[in-house]
Amino acid sequence: MSGMEAYISDVVKSIAPSGIRKFFDLVAQAEGGIISLGVGEPDFVTPWHIREACLYSLEKGYTMYTSNLGLPELREEIALYQKRKIGVDYEPKDQILVTVGVSEAIDIALRALLQPGDEVLVPEPCYVSYAPGAALAYGKAVSVETYDQDQYRLRPDSLAAKISPRSKVLILAYPNNPTGGIMYREDLEALTDIIIKNDLIVISDEIYSELTYDGQHVSIASLPGMKDRTIVMNGFSKAFAMTGWRIGYACGHPDIIGAMTKIHQYTIMCAPIMAQKAAIEALRHGEDQMRKMVEDYNYRRKLIVNGLRQIGLECFEPRGAFYCYPSIQKTGLSSEEFCERLLTEEQVAVVPGNAFGDTGEGHIRCCYAASVSNIEKAVERMGRLVGRHDNQ
Amino acid sequence: MDLQKRILELIEHDARLSAKTLATMLEEDEDKIQKIISNMEQDKTILGYNTVINWENIGCDGVTAMIDVKVSPERELGFNSIAERIYRFPEVRCVYLMSGTYDLSVVVEGDNMKDVARFVSHKLSTLEHVQSTVTHFVLKRYKQDHFIFEEAEVDKRLVVSL
Repeated sequence: MSGMEAYISDVVKSIAPSGIRKFFDLVAQAEGGIISLGVGEPDFVTPWHIREACLYSLEKGYTMYTSNLGLPELREEIALYQKRKIGVDYEPKDQILVTVGVSEAIDIALRALLQPGDEVLVPEPCYVSYAPGAALAYGKAVSVETYDQDQYRLRPDSLAAKISPRSKVLILAYPNNPTGGIMYREDLEALTDIIIKNDLIVISDEIYSELTYDGQHVSIASLPGMKDRTIVMNGFSKAFAMTGWRIGYACGHPDIIGAMTKIHQYTIMCAPIMAQKAAIEALRHGEDQMRKMVEDYNYRRKLIVNGLRQIGLECFEPRGAFYCYPSIQKTGLSSEEFCERLLTEEQVAVVPGNAFGDTGEGHIRCCYAASVSNIEKAVERMGRLVGRHDNQ
Repeated sequence: MDLQKRILELIEHDARLSAKTLATMLEEDEDKIQKIISNMEQDKTILGYNTVINWENIGCDGVTAMIDVKVSPERELGFNSIAERIYRFPEVRCVYLMSGTYDLSVVVEGDNMKDVARFVSHKLSTLEHVQSTVTHFVLKRYKQDHFIFEEAEVDKRLVVSL
């Protein structure tokens, strides 16, 4: 049969394909020799002791299902970790759910919370899965713009302006992909009145929390009155270089975690046991190597920001994640044009800002999880492209 | 952590990082970095800069041997003077004083086994105070100074991911 479009559900049809598909196609066709600052993952391989712990568990025959919530010892480690890192107590028995990455946690949280037509407030620019996740749960994403001059922190007045009677969930994703912006304690404190007054639930995607370069990451769940209305999501992908393991978790009120577990048990059953075993090792013994990786990102962060400024691009200093987010407006090119030219003329891959929402237009996302020499080469090549368009 | 240590940690793994790059990474002045490095070169904190080479890739099949050497230490000088007599030979790449069943571990390089054998029999074992030697030839190098020989450094990540 041809033309099966009619069989596809309306909600799936309503999800717009990525606006930068053309750029992705171009990247897919590109020959070797490309320097990529376009990735969304660490350039480290998972530390060997973590991989080895997984191999050991396989040798010992740990190949079975686990409890829906995840292995009890992993949940206990997560509880200790969260207490240590954000200062919030979660009961391993019913307040922690181990998921297949934070992506799954976002999906099932939205499905567990939303009634059809409920609105999800999404600060933009942001990672790509929140709005489709809301749509698939029959909700509606409402974007809340964040600005370069605020270092992409969410302003209370911007949030207040987008609240309607249907607002139910606020997504906070800090440190932020793609901007590298973080929320300081006082920024979060400025939001709690609005959140509580409007009875919002916060989904706090803290996957980049360890990659904070200015003080300690602060979770909104640790602020007064916020623990029960916040679902903290975190995982192992970025901090422990474990993207392909697909392992994350959600912490929150037992009623919400229970509702999420219902969906999880029927759709996923449980996260893979080998990834759970590796995650236990990461939490028990991974801190030292993780700190070294973060230190290494920090060096490269300074290098790339300095480099981009030297070639004349405006770039605020990102204080989290491993991205920087320069403006390319002075070149007169759109984000996609800039990225296409950079790829074809200079063999460097970066991601157009509009991949992260319309507000990303005029920016590009550069990932500095790349070697020092590749960062230096990529910036030099980018400088040539900028130079060619500087006076136009 | 003090600046000297941070510089050393960075250039230990990549000696080619320039003072300018280091200055940016460490948010310090380039001249200051250069001066610290020069000082460390002068006071022998930095002994030199090496390249880790897989000679087999260009068809050079040199041999490396690790030799366990038992020596009788000298009064007042201990092991140091005999160690010095050994490390002066240009064939010797490393000399370590060891705990355990032998005293000095000597790493020797030569073009072929005969070279190394000649060094051991003619030069090393004939030294006064050397009591015995046990020579182990390296058959294959898997990893040296953090670098893995076989595995090419390939970035296995997707070129673009969000």
